[in-house]
Amino acid sequence: MSARKWLYRPELGVVAAVVAAWLFFAITAGDSGFLTLSGTASYLAIAAELGILAAPVALLMIAGEFDLSIGSTLAASGMTMALCTTELGWPLWAGIAAAAALSACVGLVNGLIVTRTRLPSFIVTLGTLFILAGGTIGTTRLITGRTQVGGLEDAGGFGAAQKLFAGQIGPFSITLLWWVGLTALATWVLVRTRPGNWIFAVGGAPDAARRLGIPVDRVKILLFMTTALAACLVATFQTVQFRGTDVLRGTGKELEAILAAVLGGTLLTGGRGSVFGAACGALLFGMVQQGIVFSGVDSDWYKVFLGAVLILAVLLNSSVQMRAAEARR
Amino acid sequence: MSHETNGKAPILEADHVTKRFGRITALEDVSMRVYASEILCVLGDNGAGKSTLIKTLSGVHPPDEGRLLVDGEPVRFSSPRDALARGIATVYQDLAMVPMLSVVRNFFLGAEPTRGVWPLRRLDLREAEAVVRAELKRMGVELRDMSVPVSALSGGQRQALAIARAIHFGARVLVLDEPTSALGVKQAGIVLRYVMEARTRGCGVILITHNPHHAHMVGDRFTILNRGRCEGTFAKAEISRDELVRRMAGGEELEQLQHELRAS
Ligand SMILES: Nc1ncnc2c1ncn2[C@@H]1O[C@H](COP(=O)(O)OP(=O)(O)OP(=O)(O)O)[C@@H](O)[C@H]1O
Ligand SMILES: [Mg+2]
Repeated sequence: MSARKWLYRPELGVVAAVVAAWLFFAITAGDSGFLTLSGTASYLAIAAELGILAAPVALLMIAGEFDLSIGSTLAASGMTMALCTTELGWPLWAGIAAAAALSACVGLVNGLIVTRTRLPSFIVTLGTLFILAGGTIGTTRLITGRTQVGGLEDAGGFGAAQKLFAGQIGPFSITLLWWVGLTALATWVLVRTRPGNWIFAVGGAPDAARRLGIPVDRVKILLFMTTALAACLVATFQTVQFRGTDVLRGTGKELEAILAAVLGGTLLTGGRGSVFGAACGALLFGMVQQGIVFSGVDSDWYKVFLGAVLILAVLLNSSVQMRAAEARR
Repeated sequence: MSHETNGKAPILEADHVTKRFGRITALEDVSMRVYASEILCVLGDNGAGKSTLIKTLSGVHPPDEGRLLVDGEPVRFSSPRDALARGIATVYQDLAMVPMLSVVRNFFLGAEPTRGVWPLRRLDLREAEAVVRAELKRMGVELRDMSVPVSALSGGQRQALAIARAIHFGARVLVLDEPTSALGVKQAGIVLRYVMEARTRGCGVILITHNPHHAHMVGDRFTILNRGRCEGTFAKAEISRDELVRRMAGGEELEQLQHELRAS
C-alpha cells in the first residue's frame, strides 16, 4: 500500500496514538511493571472486553446509528443468566441461552423502533438504556431482595463455561482470543462481503442505498441485534469470572465503546470507519487505564487522559484526511 | 412534427400523460416517445415539469391519466425497480453513489459479484475491478486507481461512472436528469460525449436539461415543456438552436422581457 493510501485509512490517528501511549508508559512506568508479561496481560484483558463491544458498535456507527443501550443490556443479560441458574436451578448453558434470547430481543426492538419511527437512534436507545437499567434493578430486587447475585459455581456446566469464557492461556485471559477472532470476523464481513458493502452504503448515502435495492432497514436491525449480543457475550465473561453479577455491571460501557470506535476513525455521521481501528481504540483505552496505574498516578485520572487523547486523535485524523483529499484535487 | 425511426416501435412511450399534485397540474396531456440509438432532449424552464415527467417514466409517480408503453405494450410501474426491470434506468442528480466508497464498490452497489458458498461467500473484487475497468474504458475513461473513493473523482468522471453502471446493468433507456447542470464548460462537454457514447451503444437516451445549447449539440429530437404542457416535438433538422432557445423561454414572453429591460 502506498504512503498516499495510508493517509486515506481511518485508523491512522489511533495507530499513532497507540504507539505514542506505549512509548510514553514504557518510559514513565517501564520499571514499575508496565512492560512485564503480566502488565501487558492486564491491559489486554481490559482491551479485549471493550474491543468485543467496540467492533459491532463501529459497524452500527458506520451504518449511521448509535446504540446507547448496550451497557444496560450487559447488566440485564448478566442478571438473566444469574437468576435463571440460582433461582430456577437451570444449568448455566440454559441461563446463557435465555440471556442471549433476551439481548437479541432488545436489539430487535431497538432496530424496529428506529427503522419504523425514523426517530434518532440516539434517543431511542437512550430510552431503552433507562428501561433496561430500571427493569434489571426492579426485577432483581423483587426476586432476591438484593442487587447482587452470586453462587453461580454450583450451576450445572459451570466448569466447562469457566474454561471457555474465563480461562487463562499462560498469563493471558482467554477473552483475548475471543476479541482477536471476533475482530477478524467483523473486519472480514465489513470489507469482504456484500452485507459489509451495504453497511457502508446504508450510513454513507441511505437514499441511494434504498434506490439500489439494499435492504436498509434489515441491515440496521441486524446490527442492533449484533451489538446487543456482543453485550451479552461480555456479560457472560464477567458473570462466569466473578461467579455472579450485580445490577450496575456494564454501566458506562456504551460510551466507552463509542469512544473506542471514534478513536479508531469511525465517523459519527456514518459511512466511514474500521473495525481494526475500533480494536486499536479499545487497546489504547486499556493501555491508558492500566498505564496510569503503573506510573503511580492516582487511577482516577485516566479518564482525563483518555478524553484528551480522543480529541487529539480525532483532530489528527480529520486534518490529515482533509489534506490528503485536497492533494488529490 | 414528430417522426418515425425506421418504422420501429419506440422503446418507451408516454401517451397523453397527466400528473397532478393536489391542485397543481404538473403535467397535462404530455406525449413523448424514445427510440433505440437516439437522444431525446426534454427542455423547459424551471417548474415546467421536467423532473415530474422523468419521475413518471421511471416509476416514482404513477400517471393520473394516460399510459406508459414499453415496446408498444402498456405497462404500470409501481416502483423504480419495476421500471429498471424493464430496462429503464434513471441517473438522478445525486447519481445514487456513496461518496466515501471506492469506484468499484459503487459500481456494483446492491448487485455485488460474489464467489464461494454461504458462510464463506465473499465479494469477488478482482472480477469486479476488471469489469469496471473495461466498462469505463468503453466510455473513454481511464482511471489509474480503481480503489479511490468516488469523492475523489471529478464531476464528469462521476457521471461517466453512473452512466456506465446503468448500461452495464442492462439499461435500454437511459434517463438523465440535468447531468450537466452542476458542471463547468469543459466537464459538461465531457459528459455530453458520454451521453453520445451511450447512444452509439444502442441506448435510447432521455436527456433533461434547461440548457438549449447543450441540447442542440447532442440531441436528435427535442420535446419542449412549458408549464406542464407539451409545446411540441421537433427533429434536429426542423429547428435551429436560436428557435429552440426562443421556444423554450416561451417566445413572446422573452421578447417582452427584452423590451422591458431595454425600456428601463
Ligand atoms: N412532489 C410534489 N408535490 C407537489 N408539487 C410538486 C411535486 N413535484 C413537483 N411539483 C410541482 O410540479 C411543478 C413541476 O415541477 P418539476 O420539478 O417537474 O419542474 P422542473 O421542470 O423539473 O423544474 P426545475 O428546472 O426547477 O428542476 C412545479 O410547480 C412543482 O412545484
Ligand atoms: Mg427538475
